Amino acid sequence: MIFNQAMECMSRDEARHLQSERLRKLVAYLHEHSPVYRAKLDKAGLQPAAIRGVEDLERLPFTTKDDLRDNYPFGLFCVPRSEVREVHVSSGTTGNPTVVGYTQADLDLWGEVVARCLYCAGARPGDMVQVAYGYGLFTGGLGLHYGTLKAGLTALPTSSGQTKRQLKLMTDFRPRILACTPSYALFMLDDARAMGLDPRESSWEVGLFGAEPWSESMRGEIEATWNMRATDIYGLSEIIGPGVAQECEHKNGLHVFHDVFLPEVLDPNTGKAVPEGQWGELVFTTLTKQGMPLIRYRTRDITKITYETCACGRTCPRVSKFHGRTDDMLIIRGINVFPSQIEHVLLQIEGVQPHYQIVVDRKANWLDDLEVQVEVDEKFFSDEIKVMQALEARIRHEMETVLGIAAKVKLVEPRSIQRSEGKAKRVIDKRTL
Amino acid sequence: MKIIQISVFLENRKGRLYEVCRLLGEHQISIRALNIAEATDFGVLRMVVDKPEAAQKVLRDNHFVASRTDVVAVEISDKPGGLADVLHVLSKEDLNVEYMYAFVEKRSDKALVVFRFDDTEKALRLLAAHHINVIRQAELAGL
Ligand SMILES: [Zn+2]
Repeated sequence: MIFNQAMECMSRDEARHLQSERLRKLVAYLHEHSPVYRAKLDKAGLQPAAIRGVEDLERLPFTTKDDLRDNYPFGLFCVPRSEVREVHVSSGTTGNPTVVGYTQADLDLWGEVVARCLYCAGARPGDMVQVAYGYGLFTGGLGLHYGTLKAGLTALPTSSGQTKRQLKLMTDFRPRILACTPSYALFMLDDARAMGLDPRESSWEVGLFGAEPWSESMRGEIEATWNMRATDIYGLSEIIGPGVAQECEHKNGLHVFHDVFLPEVLDPNTGKAVPEGQWGELVFTTLTKQGMPLIRYRTRDITKITYETCACGRTCPRVSKFHGRTDDMLIIRGINVFPSQIEHVLLQIEGVQPHYQIVVDRKANWLDDLEVQVEVDEKFFSDEIKVMQALEARIRHEMETVLGIAAKVKLVEPRSIQRSEGKAKRVIDKRTL
Repeated sequence: MKIIQISVFLENRKGRLYEVCRLLGEHQISIRALNIAEATDFGVLRMVVDKPEAAQKVLRDNHFVASRTDVVAVEISDKPGGLADVLHVLSKEDLNVEYMYAFVEKRSDKALVVFRFDDTEKALRLLAAHHINVIRQAELAGL
């Protein structure tokens, strides 16, 4: 089912027309209500009238995470604080946290786009949605919650954690939809088995998994073990939270709701658009937000985009499953390494489950050391030491072929890599640069 | 008759072998034979115990990777050249030994040696043909 046929299936010309009209209004609105954007536009020598439509988009200045931090806490709000109905905060590793504010209209928009996501993933009227993202300052829980309400479905707001209770309520209430991080979906398997549940018999038929990058192989694992369809949901609090883009049942890219979030894919170094279908940094302009609209926000997520109509009938462009972030990228001995590449190598080695950790260290000789720790599983354990050493050597070889640098591979005991119920900690960088 | 060996993945970290032995001891499981093969960062512990199913369960429950391997416990005369006699037969018959190790205890004038063959069934047939005695699983409890 398509929640908003008019917006999700309009022609490219119609979309361009709507986007242009909304972009003109947005620039005028920001010029009037945002001192930060007025200064940005003045600096670029742009009067609002100079922006006629999406063809002028690339003349507009970028917005970065630093703009949000520099204007902490409320400097980017375009309405008085009293008009803001809700704020969310995400913690950064450095400096001020990122604060976002929603007016009532923004909350309605959020519910609308997440409702689109739920039906896009495969929800049906009457479904119950188990929301196992954290509720609170993090946008995951409440975003899925508002979407469930807007979609006219039933919310089961379990939040994250308390896995045994999650599983008991799943067993008793039979929700068809699960929303959580993909690593938490895998994390719950151990507890399910310990409780004597057969994961394949779970009531979940459709999952909306997001808030962290995950691979096709991780999808295969979730789908096989839980016997459900695993779809990718994308969002970031700066744009709205979850609900910016969502995979449909065809799982061939995430549909971007382009009537409200205008996407661009750019070369991260030059800031120029890359041709359709090429990898680059995803950049968004929020076309209709009131509280804290953003122009050309640099997401730092690496993806590619296609404008071809999908088999599901939606015309919203699709972005590829994410291949890492420009700022998660590790530079090791001068080579760009994405943790997703390492995960991909491991999952191609038969039987190796995605429990791994990357440790980067700098030795006394100033050479960076890349160590990949892989938890041993009974599926590929052997009593013969030479078989284990051969496996280690094969992973090392594959890693070097794909990454272009040598990596040390260390086989470790199960459970020796720390699991978290939220985001998986895949990289430990011990270098003091 | 083949017997069951429990094979355990161990990181080369302090206290891991102790942890295995402690768990088995706590569950009244006796180790009859034991061997460790080491690589740089990890090792594989191989053991013959009196209650292999229970041993595998307690180790798995404590998040160890513990698998079962078929091995053969061969009786060897406890005299000079006893082991050589058996190895001679194996070599003559072209049987591949992946590894071998001795039992902790011996019974009477015989020593017990655990063999891991690449082809266990073939090994058992040939040992029988040469009248070399092997120990049955059921006999282990009484050792
Ligand atoms: Zn589609």
